[in-house]
Amino acid sequence: MNSVLSAIVYVVSLAVAVYALVEALVDRPPGRIQVVGLGLVEAAVLALSVGVLVDVIGGGRPAETATFIGYLLTTLLLPPAGVALARMEPTRWGSTTVCGAALIVPVLVVRLGQVWHG
Amino acid sequence: MADRLNTGPGRVLIFVYGLFALAAGARAGVQIATRFGAAPLAYLLSAFAAVVYLVATYGLVRGGRAGRRIALVCCTVELLGVLAVGTLSLADRAAFPDDSVWSGYGRGYGWVPLVLPVLGLAWLYRTRRTRP
Repeated sequence: MNSVLSAIVYVVSLAVAVYALVEALVDRPPGRIQVVGLGLVEAAVLALSVGVLVDVIGGGRPAETATFIGYLLTTLLLPPAGVALARMEPTRWGSTTVCGAALIVPVLVVRLGQVWHG
Repeated sequence: MADRLNTGPGRVLIFVYGLFALAAGARAGVQIATRFGAAPLAYLLSAFAAVVYLVATYGLVRGGRAGRRIALVCCTVELLGVLAVGTLSLADRAAFPDDSVWSGYGRGYGWVPLVLPVLGLAWLYRTRRTRP
């Protein structure tokens, strides 16, 4: 797995998580910045997926294919789910949800790396 | 007053519960499909945990008297499950050669499986309806 693209996902998602946490703490609903932030996280995860695809075309294979695909799909699904829930909950708890989604993405990417290398 | 089970902090709970239903379910599915013989007990427990998370998510989304009852049963089962399986997995490692969601009190999942039912029960209590 591409370590530069993984690092970009970590940085972007953790930045969004911190920002959303601060907004939740000061009792603010998720605004445009959080939504755009999750969009950037999704873009970074998509870039990582393309990197994985290039690796696979080059002959690389994850150690556990089914698990890897499951984690990758979950990671791709999380930012849109975060945006949808943030829209439904225009309170500090919407910001809390965005923070949670943005925290889980890097955890999943760590797991993706472990599953890839076996 | 409207039931606020599925709004505010409840919505955060629904998000995490839904995610755990997905994570535990997908993992159990892969394990059962590819190497069920290696650790049948652990894999069946993961599948059971996934079902409980799924039903709890449904109860929290649904709300109302029935939703609360469903969520209450699920959170209780989860709490007992994570405590029992966590203790057993540490006491008798041979019975759990591969981790389930609840092994080691859910440490493989950042102890979220231990914290989640407690938060769920606390939220159910906070939003309980007081009859006149």
